[in-house]
Amino acid sequence: MERIGKLPKLYLAVVFIILYAPIFYLIFYSFNSGGGMTNFESFTWEHYAAVFEDKRLIVIVLNTIIIALLSALVSTAIGVMGALAIYFMRNQGMKNAVLSLNNILMVSPDVIIGASFLILFTMIGVKLGFASVLISHIAFSIPIVVIMVLPKLSEMNPTLIDAALDLGATRKDVMTRVILPFIQPGIFAGFFLALTYSLDDFAVTFFVTGNGFSTLSVEIYSMARTGISLTINALSGIIFVVTVALVLGYYALNRKMKAPLTGVKK
Amino acid sequence: MNLMGRSPMKNNRLRSIYTVPYTVWILLFVLAPIALIVYYSFFDLTGNFTLANYRNFFTSVYLTLTISSFWYAFLITFFSLLIAYPTAYFLTKTKHKQLWLLLIIIPSWINLLLKTYAFIGLMGLYGPLNAFLEVIGIGKQQILFTDFSFVFVSVYIFIPFMILPIFNALDKLNPALIDAARDLGANGWTTFKRVIWPLTLNGVKSGVQVVFIPALSLFMITRLIAGNKVITLGTAIEQQFLVTQNWGMGSTIAVFLILFMFIIMLFTTGKERGATGNGKNRKAS
Repeated sequence: MERIGKLPKLYLAVVFIILYAPIFYLIFYSFNSGGGMTNFESFTWEHYAAVFEDKRLIVIVLNTIIIALLSALVSTAIGVMGALAIYFMRNQGMKNAVLSLNNILMVSPDVIIGASFLILFTMIGVKLGFASVLISHIAFSIPIVVIMVLPKLSEMNPTLIDAALDLGATRKDVMTRVILPFIQPGIFAGFFLALTYSLDDFAVTFFVTGNGFSTLSVEIYSMARTGISLTINALSGIIFVVTVALVLGYYALNRKMKAPLTGVKK
Repeated sequence: MNLMGRSPMKNNRLRSIYTVPYTVWILLFVLAPIALIVYYSFFDLTGNFTLANYRNFFTSVYLTLTISSFWYAFLITFFSLLIAYPTAYFLTKTKHKQLWLLLIIIPSWINLLLKTYAFIGLMGLYGPLNAFLEVIGIGKQQILFTDFSFVFVSVYIFIPFMILPIFNALDKLNPALIDAARDLGANGWTTFKRVIWPLTLNGVKSGVQVVFIPALSLFMITRLIAGNKVITLGTAIEQQFLVTQNWGMGSTIAVFLILFMFIIMLFTTGKERGATGNGKNRKAS
């Protein structure tokens, strides 16, 4: 393999700086005792204190986390079932059709998802608020779980199932002792992505949330529309640290979980 | 003999247990919403059946809007590709490429709103960008609330999503092919044009797909960064649904957006979807 030259290195460095600059810029000014994001006066923790003193904001953060965890759990359960259903389908045409349907929500713009869900909820009478947001998040996270689990299923050697059945395992055993452990990394990845989809979503939530309920993204949007507030900066500092920890933790766990499974594959 | 082969009765019951929730999801959250959008597009504000929304869509206002939305989406996709392709290419050449890829992906996990908000400060009249312009002698400019800032911030948001599928395609490329091209006398450019580009085209297509479709429907960035200078299809839908409360017209625009989406997917869906396997692929708005 050829070595990487000076110019490519410089190019990569510039891309990295541009990608990270806005984030560090936000975090830098979160320590500014002045009011804005221009003149750095002196170092302070006051904006971080403000985040933790703001009861409303804390409630919104908790709402966001609860919605993310619940929606990730439910969508993972339904998504795994969906992946199994697709995997055991014998009709190839049917399989492809279902897969295309599965991918529709993955590619549809959020505005479409938000608007159509708004119509749906209004029609069937779901009150806009916690329930509508939770249901939407479950709905748009299901396809990614299916996508993450399906490759694991097709990686699985079908003779494993036959072997288990021949050795006297019941169908329930086959499911809980053979299939589920094998596809566990896929399930885990699906859960994690569902979690981040939910945490990151703005547009869909914006459409289906009523007046009384708000998630972090929607709240940041309305705060940002009124101008600069260093509380948002402090919040982004916290979010950055949590996100990086989550991503690194995920990759570490992923690596750890993949290792023992390689022995079974072939 | 497989799982299907034995005791079909019990098997069917088990299968239906896990087929039902997923089928319900498809019916209720994939098919019904599209049907509802189409249905609503035929009604006016007072709830009467009408084709007026469609007639409206073909008036100059909405046609200009659609064309400008496409133009901006094209610009955003083009610049994302222009920056992302070399980045992905050089990344595959680095020593610890997976680590570097992870580092380049991390910003895409940070909440989209926060990144956009950062640009309100960065591009503000007294922000660092303007300070820089002043130092090099250009002087203060109104950067925020222009179409430049809109395209810039959107490209910034989308670059990681473009890098990922291209990186995967490049990573799968057999290096022996490049050596072969070189041995057969092709220079760097010919190797790229005739070997590397065609073999990574599927990655580029997935990248274009995950950028172009969301770029058509952005509305958060237009509102926060472009003021009201840029109106995309997404902004128009949001406006109709949440501000004017004209769900009929909003649905009509949405119908066209869905149509455009399917057309774009037809052109950009390769045989292999490399984009989904390696991290986050969330569209932005």
